Amino acid sequence: MSNRYVNEPMLDLFIFESMQLIEQMELLIISNEKSSSYASDAINEIFRIMHTIKGSSAMMLYNNISTLAHSIEDLFFVLREDKPQNVDYSELSDLVLEGLDFIKVEIVKIRNGDEADGDASELIKSLRVFHATIKGKDLCAKDQHVAEGAVSHEDYTPEKQQYYISKVRTDTTSLKNTFQATLRFEPDCGMENLRAFGIINELGDLAEEYYHIPEDLDHEDSARIISEQGFTLLLKTERSLEEIHRGLLQTSALKDLQLNQVENCDLFNDLLKERKISLEDSSARVPASCGRDRLANEHEDNEIHVTANQPSIINVSVAKLDQLMDLVGEMVIAEAMVTQNPDLKGLELNNFEKAARQLRKIASELQDTVMSVRMVPLAGTFQKMNRTLRDMCKKLNKEVRLQLIGQETEVDKNIIEHISDPLMHLIRNSIDHGIEMPEEREARGKTRLGTITLEAKNAGGDVLIIIRDDGEGFNKDRILAKAREKGLIRVPEDEITDKEIYNLVFLPGFSTNEAVTEFSGRGVGMDVVVKNIEAVGGTIATDSVSGKGTTITLKIPLTLAIIDGMNIKVGDARYTIPTTAIKESFRPKMTEVIVDPDDNEMMMVRGQCFPILRLHDIYHIQTDVTHFTDGIIIMVEQDNKTLCIFADELIGQQQVVVKALPTYIRDTKKVRGLAGCTLLGDGSISLILDVAGLIGFRQ
Amino acid sequence: MADIVEQDTQDQIEDTQKGKFLTFCMGSEFYGIEIKYVTEIIGLQPITEIPEMPIYIKGIINLRGKIIPVMDVRLRFKKPFREYNDRTCIVVIDIREVSIGLIVDSVSEVISIPDEEIVAPPNMAKEGNKYIKGIGKVGSDVKLLLDSDKLLNETDLENMSDL
Repeated sequence: MSNRYVNEPMLDLFIFESMQLIEQMELLIISNEKSSSYASDAINEIFRIMHTIKGSSAMMLYNNISTLAHSIEDLFFVLREDKPQNVDYSELSDLVLEGLDFIKVEIVKIRNGDEADGDASELIKSLRVFHATIKGKDLCAKDQHVAEGAVSHEDYTPEKQQYYISKVRTDTTSLKNTFQATLRFEPDCGMENLRAFGIINELGDLAEEYYHIPEDLDHEDSARIISEQGFTLLLKTERSLEEIHRGLLQTSALKDLQLNQVENCDLFNDLLKERKISLEDSSARVPASCGRDRLANEHEDNEIHVTANQPSIINVSVAKLDQLMDLVGEMVIAEAMVTQNPDLKGLELNNFEKAARQLRKIASELQDTVMSVRMVPLAGTFQKMNRTLRDMCKKLNKEVRLQLIGQETEVDKNIIEHISDPLMHLIRNSIDHGIEMPEEREARGKTRLGTITLEAKNAGGDVLIIIRDDGEGFNKDRILAKAREKGLIRVPEDEITDKEIYNLVFLPGFSTNEAVTEFSGRGVGMDVVVKNIEAVGGTIATDSVSGKGTTITLKIPLTLAIIDGMNIKVGDARYTIPTTAIKESFRPKMTEVIVDPDDNEMMMVRGQCFPILRLHDIYHIQTDVTHFTDGIIIMVEQDNKTLCIFADELIGQQQVVVKALPTYIRDTKKVRGLAGCTLLGDGSISLILDVAGLIGFRQ
Repeated sequence: MADIVEQDTQDQIEDTQKGKFLTFCMGSEFYGIEIKYVTEIIGLQPITEIPEMPIYIKGIINLRGKIIPVMDVRLRFKKPFREYNDRTCIVVIDIREVSIGLIVDSVSEVISIPDEEIVAPPNMAKEGNKYIKGIGKVGSDVKLLLDSDKLLNETDLENMSDL
């Protein structure tokens, strides 16, 4: 069934939109759950999201998703309208999140080209039971049919559904209006039958009974018929002409609409009889299940939704961005070739200079913009952790809060994709192994509520992501014992430092947790983390204080990240030092330089002594500047180690995109102290220095 | 469907490229490299040196935003270094996704050498011909056909140990 309409761009849009909505909703639920009641704004928002998902999935004929979304929508409808007291919000969140998970799984199936065949009936059943309970507490009499629905859910068939609708109708209305509507679409809008189908889906909420010509929208010819003769609808509803008119006008690509009230119902009844027969095999209708007020509200929501959901964001493939960036790079070079053309030398060209300056300005702005497009803040990835945290806490009965710092730190899109999984693993580990049970925490004089801090910051051209918990910390002896047992220790045990012990946990097959839980303990987590981080060229380090907590630091390299760099010159070569690592730069005085008997040069700065590294020396560069007083000293610091780098001169500061050295170079030899390279504005290449690596030279 | 068409054109390209070699000269010898590996020929560019590299890797260049390493083939073959002039070219080749520029004295032409005109290099004890895949005969001339793979990937033990 679902294959029949598969239409690639629409499917992509559906997947993209639904995923976004689901993520948005997850955030909403989690943030609201904390305050243990749902704000009315949030309820409206969730209601709207579910309504959208319901509509779009029904349109794409994913019935399991649409019915589930419908149930959740119903639930939030009750919350919104009746504002019932004593709702168990945590149970509600559980149910809804479970529902979202189901939808997510289905969407992934769809994306992979599989049939979305998951069975949501169990979920829907529990949703209905919940629905019934909150309703029951408030107004038991009014909505018997909800409970009825829950009971009779197992054989929830179209026939039943139809009966149900008409029952509502007889219950709530005495007068009915019959309308005839003829819709014509814009010529060449395409997919007329699909559009018509969309209208019918919306009608499920507006009208109780309807009939349409052409009858069979699945038929190939229907699109042609609709485009030639228009799409005719007959509907029975208790809504006014105006309301129906408004509802139908929302149809996209609508050219004209004729809507008349029909006094004589005979035609309708005749057609309806036919329809009842043909309907047996059509399972794609959206069940319309609630009463009158419900419909009115939903209608309003539709309107808001249409105006508010105009996307201001588009997604672009990263490959295209790469290409764009290369092109801009080329343009910058071409610009330099024109404006600094040797043929122009010695000529007095005032107007040309003016125009060239303008060109240069625009080119550099363009370059900056393109560079920034690829950068994505970590906020999204961090926010996702809230969900992990919540689920874990529920299952393990722990109380933990997540503190997020530096969410706005921007990281290249590629890197974000690589660190999401490791972060999740680490958070899980922290909750499972690190944070103690609330009672235990109290007994130890800690606050009942554990805290996990997730912090991101730029440091020395790297992005540091720090996961800190205030749990019990690593147990050194247990780690050692385990490592000994698994034969993971290669150095004499009395020489091993605390830090080295802690880092043992990152080895494959290491897990001290005796009980394998759902979340951790198989000893695979940590080495997967390491693998993922290493895949983007990062490193991982850990520190821990027994009883106080653990800190795990991920250092993501600058690959592809944009850094602020200071360009320096040594001989003909240019180097870039990440500005964040630079403490100061100055012209040295000979009196400050000390040479020890091994010919190591050192510099006295404000009473402290730092080693000097001559760049031209270590990289064998020809330069005239070998005397300290002719060049410049740049003092850099990383990991609390300081080094004075001696270079010829400073060129200037600029934002650079870090590119990796070509694979061929990296395979030939890993050059110490080089982190990558970058293109300067004039098209020349500058090598980016790795401060930590340089510090290693002098140790 | 599109794939099949693409495959076809791909095959055609392979066919038209088969047996064709780009020849370049170094000193008095002519060398040939299979045309399918060659992406483009560019003039000499400013080269950024990379420290600690073997002597034949001159550094990296910026080829329209793409950074590729360049290798001096003369030095690779342990011939004496010759000053670059305006005949000096960089032949950019692409082998299994790895791009590299080869600095050669000058390029001459693209010629077809049928398989039957190619003979295996004489089996000499000296390791001098390890980068030569075959010797092509064109009229009375002889072209040494390079084994691009080895040129790139054979690690020069001697050079590595220097570092």
